[in-house]
Amino acid sequence: MIDSASLLAVLPELILTAGGLVLMLVAAFGGDNSARVVNWLSVVTLAIAGISLSCSLAHGPDAFDGLMRADAFSVFAKALIYGAAAAAILLAPRFFSVGGKPRPEYAVLILFAAIGMGMMVSAGDLLTLYVGLEMNSLASYVLASFMRQDEKSSEAGLKYFVLGSLASGILLYGSALLYGFTGTTAFDGIAVAMGDGVSNGELFGMVFLLCGLAFKISAVPFHMWTPDVYEGAPTPVTAFFGSAPKVAAMALTVRVAIEALGPAGLDWQQIVIFVALASILFGAVAAIGQTSLKRLMAYSSINNVGFALIGLAAGTPAGVAGTMSYMAIYVLMTVGGFACILQLRDTDGKPVDTIASLAGLSQSRKGLAAAFAIFMFSMAGIPPLFGFWAKFLVFDAAVAANLTALAAFGIAMSVIGAFYYLKIIKTMYFDEPVIAYEAKGGPVENIILTACAVVIVLGYLLNPVLDQASAAAAASLF
Amino acid sequence: MDGFPILSLMMAVPMAGAIACLFASANSARWIALIATLVDLVLGIALWTNFDQGGLQWQFQEYYPVFGRFAWALGIDGIALMLIALTVFLMPICIGASWEAITKRVPEYMAAFLFMEVLMIGVFAAQDLYLFYIMFEAGLIPMYLVIGIWGGANRIYASYKFFLYTLLGSVLMLIAMMWMVHETGTTEIPVLMAYNFDPHVQTWLWLAFFASFAVKMPMWPVHTWLPDAHVQAPTAGSVILAGVLLKMGGYGFIRFSLPMFPEASAQFAWLVWGLSMVAVVYTSLVALVQSDMKKLIAYSSVAHMAIVTVGLFAFNQAGIEGSMMVMLGHGLVSGALFLCVGVIYDRLHTREINRYGGLSINMPKYAVLFLLFTMASVGLPGTSNFVGEFLSLMGIYQASSWVALVATTGIILGAAYMLYLYRRICYGDQVNADAAAMSDLSAREIALLAPIAAAVLWMGVYPESFLAPMRADIRALEARLAPAAPAGDSKIKMGAPKPVGEAHHEEASAHGEAH
Repeated sequence: MIDSASLLAVLPELILTAGGLVLMLVAAFGGDNSARVVNWLSVVTLAIAGISLSCSLAHGPDAFDGLMRADAFSVFAKALIYGAAAAAILLAPRFFSVGGKPRPEYAVLILFAAIGMGMMVSAGDLLTLYVGLEMNSLASYVLASFMRQDEKSSEAGLKYFVLGSLASGILLYGSALLYGFTGTTAFDGIAVAMGDGVSNGELFGMVFLLCGLAFKISAVPFHMWTPDVYEGAPTPVTAFFGSAPKVAAMALTVRVAIEALGPAGLDWQQIVIFVALASILFGAVAAIGQTSLKRLMAYSSINNVGFALIGLAAGTPAGVAGTMSYMAIYVLMTVGGFACILQLRDTDGKPVDTIASLAGLSQSRKGLAAAFAIFMFSMAGIPPLFGFWAKFLVFDAAVAANLTALAAFGIAMSVIGAFYYLKIIKTMYFDEPVIAYEAKGGPVENIILTACAVVIVLGYLLNPVLDQASAAAAASLF
Repeated sequence: MDGFPILSLMMAVPMAGAIACLFASANSARWIALIATLVDLVLGIALWTNFDQGGLQWQFQEYYPVFGRFAWALGIDGIALMLIALTVFLMPICIGASWEAITKRVPEYMAAFLFMEVLMIGVFAAQDLYLFYIMFEAGLIPMYLVIGIWGGANRIYASYKFFLYTLLGSVLMLIAMMWMVHETGTTEIPVLMAYNFDPHVQTWLWLAFFASFAVKMPMWPVHTWLPDAHVQAPTAGSVILAGVLLKMGGYGFIRFSLPMFPEASAQFAWLVWGLSMVAVVYTSLVALVQSDMKKLIAYSSVAHMAIVTVGLFAFNQAGIEGSMMVMLGHGLVSGALFLCVGVIYDRLHTREINRYGGLSINMPKYAVLFLLFTMASVGLPGTSNFVGEFLSLMGIYQASSWVALVATTGIILGAAYMLYLYRRICYGDQVNADAAAMSDLSAREIALLAPIAAAVLWMGVYPESFLAPMRADIRALEARLAPAAPAGDSKIKMGAPKPVGEAHHEEASAHGEAH
């Protein structure tokens, strides 16, 4: 039965759907010339959807008999997703205008992906989960191969599609097993069915489900697609992949683990601990030899996902709050970092992607180098930058949950990760310049960059707000 | 001064200076940095004169809970006061030392140094565990850039080594801090200093803190980052590294390891003693064979820091006071020695000892000042280091006479390598024509070295000025350590004469009980 409360609870999705459909028509009839308008209207749509989150929260937490959830957790995640999606739209035009005109479909696809991601973080049922995931994935496959004429981009799209479908299949298989053994697809129903002990069938279903989700958050050992897709996809799309879908998939994983699989906590905790440590270690070690910035960011995202999972491994409200805060700070650093990478163009306006060519950037583009250095130090988790606080929160939760050994091991491995972030700073600051850079960046990019950098530097003042919001988000799951 | 946030102001001034430097030209950046550090020096003097000796343990306290889980909590005791005074005293000298030596990217350089000053004051003034950690770790960023951008030929290797070594040491301390905060429910350092942790847990916490402070100190065998960092850093970088950054390790022991984990400190005293004994002898011998002046002084720093750790883990007032005095004295003297090296490096652009010789002929003023600092480094009575080394060794003698014996050889070896260095540089024939043609100290260089010389003599002749503010705090620390302190082996006890057979029996049973 469809009631008005349910509709109001999913108001952000409705707004995005309507906006996306209308803008698709605008794009279809307006052609490439409408790109500018569509871009800005998409950002406006995302902003309105963001504002409507408060309405959705007021009419939550359950919509459509629990198929969707509009709780503080989903609102927290959606705010991040919409923000990151808007940044990905704003960062794109200059990049796409190099080899021709920017196309309006880009923003529309991101809107559709945002709907999918909203459904993912709101899912209260395995079916909603799957529909949201596929909605996001389909848009993402197209986005990855958005530069049709570019071989690498097409390759990235194809790889993403093939491996993504495989993961979806695994996930669906896990869902089917869970449905078969518990008799329900609703998260709370699964939790009730698991409450009297976890049967082997349920265990299998859970493992498959987690494998599929691990693929979406690109955690080791399901990370293989990440470097290739990140490298091949157009840079603004990579910026998008690195931020919004990561948040959505992570939030989804957290919700499934806590809400649906809560009673099997001890079982999935081992899996999550392994996946977290493996991701941290592999992400750090494999990143050392990279020469491409985008590939490096891919490994960095694998590494960061590992850290975020430590909060989930704790399995406590503080841990979940830590994971969500981690993702919030991670999104800031990723968007800021990619805004820097997007500004790296030689004097012909062609994008630069190798680490070696960053040499001497601090002399030709002081501000840009300083911002990039801030993001890199922050990713490495060096105080007083905000990235440190992200790591602090998850490790603190792990220590509180008596996982001190896990925390000690994880934090020791963060030193390995620090090495490759330092390499970028070293190249920018210590080496002599090799290529000339475009003298100025775009105004929009500069604004996003500066805003992210300021938050990363002064973020501690936001602690009370972040603590409160993430604690409320976590509380709604328990 | 009641309620006036002077500590925050002392951090705000260099911070504002650092931001201003980034947007200034090279020359104005130099002046901004000099003025900011001098203002901080004036504030530091005001801080000292307003410090109420024998008053409350914690003074100038500020508390603003603006960060959610932790607070902007500052406050100092006498120990922190002395180290802050050392910091603000050395900073204008560092800026002066870089006045002509640094020619490229001056604004960034000055900004990095001012930012470092903020962090160093923050480390010593922090009263919140996490605030301390943030300040402690953040120092890596400016120092990494200073070594990497303005350093010598092998600067990149040295900067990585410095950064990763100290980072690895510190992260485990963070985990221990989290555990402590969960256990006690507070992040306030004064409260934690009085909290009695379970001795079994103390062992682990102590080790985690030790990993950090031992690297920072640095103690043998984790000292290897120091010679590299020192040699590659620009002169002012070496001064601040040796003068203040190393003191963070010693400060950490005094503020955290000893008062928070007294039982574990006693339990691991043998470890600290052992490492320190090795360090004193080994690094002194290594210093003896160096051909690079900066490396020699860097190794001598490791040896001096070993005397600090020995004194700290003597668990008595003499030892701890002596350690503080060695830290202050070494901060001045090693800073001055690096400046002396910088003076001749600026002229000849080499740190090879063999390239110099007979400088007392063409640089008499330099030779006099260099001799003073050499003697101070050796620990000649009347100079700063004598007081500290004497007290530390006196303290450790009460705890373990064997350790005192080995540690004291450090003074003899110190005399050997320092005098040998001085002889090769200032005495003998002027074998190198270019070294013989070097001009004597300029007015700027004298202005840099003279204040340090005055302070070194002051500290040597009237150490009471420096000991008095710390006395009450160290006495409190000694009282805190007393229940756990290991019994010394140097006190000769006369037993009451007893009949032979009975005495034997009692001794044996006492022996049995002890086991």
